[in-house]
Amino acid sequence: MKNTKLNTLTNGIVKSNPTFKLVLGTCPTLAVTTQALNGLAMGAAVTFVLLCSNVMISLLKKVIPDRVRIPAYVVIIATFVTVVQMVMQKFLPSLYDALGVFLPLIVVNCIILARAEAFASCNPVLDSALDGIGMGFGFTLSLTFIGIVRELLGAGSFFGLPIGSLGNVSMTVFILPAGGFLVYGTLMALVNFLTRVAENRKYEKKSEAKPSAEKEA
Amino acid sequence: MAKFIVSSSPHVRNKRTVSGIMLEVLISLAPAVVASVYFFGFYALFIEILSVGAAVGAEYLYNLAMKKEQTIRDCSAMVTGLLLALNLPPSVPFYVPIIGSAFAIVFVKMLFGGIGKNFANPAIAARIFLLLAWASLMTQFVRPISWQNGEAFRYFGCILKGPEGLKTVAAVSTATPLSSLRSSVSYAKDLPILSMFLGNIGGSLGETSALALLLGGVYLIVRGIIDWRVPASFIGTVALFALIFGAAKGNAGAFILPSLFGGGLFLGAFFMATDYSTTPNTKWGLLVFGFGCGVITSLIRFFGNYPEGVSFAILLMNIVTPLIDKAIKPRPFGFVKQAKKGGQAK
Repeated sequence: MKNTKLNTLTNGIVKSNPTFKLVLGTCPTLAVTTQALNGLAMGAAVTFVLLCSNVMISLLKKVIPDRVRIPAYVVIIATFVTVVQMVMQKFLPSLYDALGVFLPLIVVNCIILARAEAFASCNPVLDSALDGIGMGFGFTLSLTFIGIVRELLGAGSFFGLPIGSLGNVSMTVFILPAGGFLVYGTLMALVNFLTRVAENRKYEKKSEAKPSAEKEA
Repeated sequence: MAKFIVSSSPHVRNKRTVSGIMLEVLISLAPAVVASVYFFGFYALFIEILSVGAAVGAEYLYNLAMKKEQTIRDCSAMVTGLLLALNLPPSVPFYVPIIGSAFAIVFVKMLFGGIGKNFANPAIAARIFLLLAWASLMTQFVRPISWQNGEAFRYFGCILKGPEGLKTVAAVSTATPLSSLRSSVSYAKDLPILSMFLGNIGGSLGETSALALLLGGVYLIVRGIIDWRVPASFIGTVALFALIFGAAKGNAGAFILPSLFGGGLFLGAFFMATDYSTTPNTKWGLLVFGFGCGVITSLIRFFGNYPEGVSFAILLMNIVTPLIDKAIKPRPFGFVKQAKKGGQAK
């Protein structure tokens, strides 16, 4: 196990991607991904909070009494969410309006609580920071991905730029909640299918490298 | 010693097959198809063929991609495609039936396990999907053509852009009888009831002619393909609510016939609310199902934002079906009630 640090970092991107594999934080995922840019911004905000809260909780894990750990986590998370909220309101007011109530709701985002509970509270600081970055990056990637697909199908544009005359035949349903579920489910199936194919291929390569006994078994 | 054969159900078989039933449904839809061509010209036939072709093609490709046994020979995809086409306005561009059929087959039917396992009627779900996707294309209706003036190919002008593609847009669009049915008694009284019954009026391809749908529906009931309970309770409930609504507005009878012959009521009640896998198993369950469809349809028509509510009603009741089946259980053969409390057991 040489690459544990690297594994911690990349774990959240594909192998246990919070959106497609752990199915955490589905509420903001479905709500804000009507546009690619919103997905990206939401992902960035969550990544920042995740990184800071993971580090903070990991630092304080010896101090926080076990019985009140959840309220303590929520207070820490809420602090960083407030920071993000204020910064965004000041410098990116249009995005702040677009994300609406889902920005303060990051406080109760289950990805952040889950990583605090499952990882940061029992791992060293550096690992927790890497985990936060990896998970946040995975979340950002998936949200942007869903946002791109929904925006392309629903409004015929890519990050707000209209693509040809695609807007004339775009399907409004993909911007509506129903389309969100549809795209989310389809992409989840696709991601799981692709990772399974990749794993199978890896397994086959391994068994080719070590023939005979293993293969027959 | 007697020999006993041990086997799993079903123990009683008849000669009905899935493809046989689906062919009967296709036959029963023939009058509606003829009516659609008569009232909207050959573009109607083109849309129907496109939709059926896309549905069958989607099922074929899905089975191919998933490495499953081909199921297109059971004809159910053809029925779905045709029903969806009959639910579309006569002026939709070519891509609407293709995407709609593909959605119906892949997302509503095959992903849930194929025929018999779909949670909702594929054609209904696809219609609502299209309504949400292209709201304006799906709610603009054109008037019937006139064969004397050589308009048989008129609506081919819609093939790329929908109603916009026609040269005289304003003269072409027409309101459907339902679009302001709720407004007043005088409006309802002025509606051309005979045209609505025959189908010579704006609306979706297959829904305008109540006569053609009635012929097909009666055929299905006589042949024993569908149970009379759903259409009867569905249509009866809508009529009852129209009566109540009319009575509240001062003229009890004014809304009944327009409510029955306008919109997609007959198409929905006979052909789409009677899908086997999405309706309850018991006779009482079917009555409840039809009643629920009728209530939701009437509420949407008279109080909702959409002029027509048949498809939403059927979709919602499709989703409620498992609950109805849970509440109303079939009585096991030979079951005797413990204490008789008057009234008749069915």
